[in-house]
Amino acid sequence: MSRGDPKAVEAENRRLAEERKKLARDGPKLNGARLEARLDKTWGRPHGFLGWLATVDHKEIGRRYIITALIFLALGGVLSLIMRLQLARPDGHIVGAARYNELFTMHGSTMMFLFAVPIMEGIAVYIIPLMLGTRSTSFPRLNAFSYYMYLFGGLMLWGAFALNIAPDIGWFAYTPLSGPQFSPGKRADIWAQMITFTEVSALAAAVVLVATILKCRAPGMTLARMPLFAWAMLVVAVMIIFAMPSIALCSGMLISDRLVGTQFYNHYEHGDALLWQHLFWFFGHPEVYIIFLPATGFVSVIVETFCRRPVFAYPVVVLALVSTGILAFGLWVHHMFATGLPRVGYSFYTAASMTVAIPTGLQIYCWLATMWDGRPRFQVPMLYVVGFIVTFVIGGLSGVIIAAVPLDLELHDTYFIVAHFHYVLIGGAVFPLLGILTYWFPKMTGRMMSETLGKIGFWILFIGFQVTFFPMHFAGLLGMPRRVYTYPAGQGLELPNLLSTIGAFAVASAVLLFVINGVVSYFRGAPAPDNPWDASTLEWAVRSPPPSYNFEHVPVVESRTPLWDEKGELPVITGLRVDDKETLLTTVVAATPDLREPIAEASLWPFIASCATGIFFITSIFSPWAIAFGAIPTAIAMAAWFWPSSLKRHPEPVIG
Amino acid sequence: MIRPVRFTDDVADLPTHKFGPSSLTWWGIIGYMIVEGGFFALAFAAYFFLMGHEQGWPPEGRAAADPIAGTLFTILILLSEIPNTMIKKAANAHDTAKVRKLMPVMVGVGVPLLILRGFEFNSLNVMWSDNAYGSIIWALLLLHTIHIATDWGDTIVLWALIMTPLGYEGRRMVDTDENALYWRYVWLLWIPIYLMIYWVPRL
Repeated sequence: MSRGDPKAVEAENRRLAEERKKLARDGPKLNGARLEARLDKTWGRPHGFLGWLATVDHKEIGRRYIITALIFLALGGVLSLIMRLQLARPDGHIVGAARYNELFTMHGSTMMFLFAVPIMEGIAVYIIPLMLGTRSTSFPRLNAFSYYMYLFGGLMLWGAFALNIAPDIGWFAYTPLSGPQFSPGKRADIWAQMITFTEVSALAAAVVLVATILKCRAPGMTLARMPLFAWAMLVVAVMIIFAMPSIALCSGMLISDRLVGTQFYNHYEHGDALLWQHLFWFFGHPEVYIIFLPATGFVSVIVETFCRRPVFAYPVVVLALVSTGILAFGLWVHHMFATGLPRVGYSFYTAASMTVAIPTGLQIYCWLATMWDGRPRFQVPMLYVVGFIVTFVIGGLSGVIIAAVPLDLELHDTYFIVAHFHYVLIGGAVFPLLGILTYWFPKMTGRMMSETLGKIGFWILFIGFQVTFFPMHFAGLLGMPRRVYTYPAGQGLELPNLLSTIGAFAVASAVLLFVINGVVSYFRGAPAPDNPWDASTLEWAVRSPPPSYNFEHVPVVESRTPLWDEKGELPVITGLRVDDKETLLTTVVAATPDLREPIAEASLWPFIASCATGIFFITSIFSPWAIAFGAIPTAIAMAAWFWPSSLKRHPEPVIG
Repeated sequence: MIRPVRFTDDVADLPTHKFGPSSLTWWGIIGYMIVEGGFFALAFAAYFFLMGHEQGWPPEGRAAADPIAGTLFTILILLSEIPNTMIKKAANAHDTAKVRKLMPVMVGVGVPLLILRGFEFNSLNVMWSDNAYGSIIWALLLLHTIHIATDWGDTIVLWALIMTPLGYEGRRMVDTDENALYWRYVWLLWIPIYLMIYWVPRL
């Protein structure tokens, strides 16, 4: 121990400074294959199953996020097919009312919390560091922790479904239905605790993304040169940070009402069921934009590449993203028009709900202008963008319709609403998602997806989607309520419901075709050229799939579209350590080099901490004491995570 | 990389730590402060939302919480800012020896704080299950207790780390600086909670 004696410390500092000079760094003397081999040794995944669990490589974590979320998409999709079969004919008998409640609850919760948000985060975690020209996300262990928390939350929910204790209270779990009086048993607790898992996970990933986007950009990539997808994810991550605490609070209060008898939502003891609705929708409305804004980032990426010109009016698109993010927090009460509000409340939230259409409309005009002025190539990703614009505009218009209070009161809780939000969520988020997965598939796998299968799949999906959801507008106008397990004959509901069922199977077959295309292409697809779509952003400056360290040398950026503008050699920066993980931090606005930052080594502790936290959360469904006892192993695991593996001083800092 | 490269600048001489917004962990901590701040802000909103439903606050027939333990707690936590500021300054001056001397003070102050907090729970004059007033009062106090306990645990781990040879690394001083920043946040958030538990019901 070099404790106390200043002279000894001074001598030690001098010795370390000498050693520091000897460390290998990338540069003109160390580059090419020799550099790649050494970097790969430093950054590569540790061997074996434990190495697989311990990895903190953002590409590995991102890929797991994406695959897990796609599996949950498939599961949620199967539930919707069962519901559509049940509703295909009047007086259906495939499932009973109670099971049907579980089906729509599981479908909604899975799609919102286990598919839509995680897949956006997963893609961002994979792509953002590559797009920004850095070697890793910030806080890579936190990133790994976030994935495992998400996985365990999903496994808990679906495990409960398999054990026949699935929640049956709808994806927004209104009190008093979800309270202790009307939902005895543990179903509602399973739902609330799944929320806890996914919110911890989303918050962790959001902090990782904000810090990465603000501090890890390549030198020269000022905020004004940042790719629009990074802008979209920055706004989304900040929104997650502001929105998620709301659901954490209200689901925590629900659990405590159910477990220890607090009275937050019990109006007999002066609690209030509407408190739930306010807190839930203060999260729930921004949630919709948390799902939609990443998709607008995808659209900007695809439109730019496939029209071969930068997106028209970049500052307008950025301002539209930011203002959508802010406005999203002022709309939540429009979900509560039917609860009765002061007159001024009706007017304010109607106006606010209509206002949010303006920035979204501006973005759409910017994309249309880009297409107008560019030379669009209608390959599969671009087709999805066109499908998105058509579908999303229809959904946006029906949204403006129900922003008006008198119409909302008429249409509230009918299939018109179901049609509306599937138009904006599938049209607005899933179409661009499938486009961008096709677009980045070669980046992630090194192979191209089949263009022919992709086009067939797109058309089946696009037409199938309209056949499924357009008739729901009419079912809603005819008065068919949401969440009913069947309906009687003779009210004009037979035709729209039958069409919806036929369409749903078309949609499912299109998704299946997408998966088949992905699997076949992964093994047998044509090898991808270096920059298959002739894109402008930095993720295409490295080979596909990218090496563990992303970039041998940190690139320098001089424009918004670096790969288009740097025709010859790519400017790079040198001097990062080669035998320890290190990356470059830049300043927040101007992106000038600021610090060299050691990056955490692989570690099992994030996995162990997530197991401890998982046990803590699940046991606290059953006993309040689990909160006290469960917190202890979690705290120990977190401390061990932070604790360095070696207490010896290194010439330069390492996170071992 | 696929393209040939042109070497421009060399960053080997850049530092590996700085204080404040240059530091990556500073951004992480600010992120979590916003998360917790949002959580508390919404809990405050819930408090006033529930208060709006009542004729009296506390409800008829109940006494407001006894403020003695809470007030002592408030005085102590405000005084703890003195050693906290000293640690922050020492960390910014890379004075590891001084940080090592002062850290036990911050760890020590956690003990009477948590004991006083126990007495606070005992002086609320309402159980969490009695009514919505009791529920929200307990929730606020419990949330802040978790906040204190977490930061206390954090400070202990950091203290142990500072005592190792790694205490001489600049990055550990950044950790210390940011831990001190966080403690400020813990007592800052306490002030509105203190008012809401003990004094708003007496208005």
